[in-house]
Amino acid sequence: MKRHLVLRVVAKLLIPMILLFGLYVQFHGDYGPGGGFQAGVIFAAGIILYGLIFGLDMVQRVVPTGVVRLLIAGGVLLYAGVGVISMLNGSTYLDYDVLADDPVHGQHLGILLIEFGVGMTVASVMIGIFYGFAGRGQR
Amino acid sequence: MMSGIYSLLTAGVFVELDAVDVAFTEAAVGAGITTILMLGTLSLTTHKERVPTKPRSLRLLPLGVVVVTGIALIYGTLDMYHFGDPNSPVNTHVAPRYIQESGSEVGVPNIVTSVLASYRGYDTLGEVTVIFTAGIGVLVLLGAGRRKRRGGSDS
Repeated sequence: MKRHLVLRVVAKLLIPMILLFGLYVQFHGDYGPGGGFQAGVIFAAGIILYGLIFGLDMVQRVVPTGVVRLLIAGGVLLYAGVGVISMLNGSTYLDYDVLADDPVHGQHLGILLIEFGVGMTVASVMIGIFYGFAGRGQR
Repeated sequence: MMSGIYSLLTAGVFVELDAVDVAFTEAAVGAGITTILMLGTLSLTTHKERVPTKPRSLRLLPLGVVVVTGIALIYGTLDMYHFGDPNSPVNTHVAPRYIQESGSEVGVPNIVTSVLASYRGYDTLGEVTVIFTAGIGVLVLLGAGRRKRRGGSDS
């Protein structure tokens, strides 16, 4: 991949924008189209593009396999944990009204947190599957 | 490649139908990730079929399970209302509530987000769990963990 100069330069230009757009979709999902699922896929696409251009070893230095596995479980845990916290605050499971003083603020906070959990799991599952496929090809 | 183009066109159709969120997902997952995974699968597999070693009865069992599950699912859809029926519970019961009340109850301008994350929180938790389980399953099948621990010394 050393010779593909155009690909490398264009990818280096595009990847920050893809990652930034992924974060925008993640945290702006309340106001515009998008949400955790789409943001996770976009973010993973940026990482996977890096892996395709610069090789599996380089991308695994950026996002190690252990981190990916932690995040796969961490997203689900964050989502379920928000539900447990709302139970501890004296309401039903996944009722965000009690997360803040004001029900609407609580809903905002809850939605932001669980969308972040969704994004984490989706992105890391996609990256993990890509690692799995690419790692097998190298053997 | 064809499925990628198909997904991109489908995403355009969804935008035309004002379902921007669905179009977003279709473009990102269908046109982007699926194409990459398909190409990865193609590069891993060979064009020759390996002769199965299991006895015939064992090979037919998964087919039987899939067929029975499919018949059960189709039987379940028979009870559903017709698509777009104005008298169905979806259109008379929850949809007006979501459209009229979500602004004051949830306060999020994007109703899709408020329905997915707040009103249908359990469903979305289930979806995330499905993605989690599927991801773990695929990683186990691909043996992604084994290579790392043995330091790539095998094969």
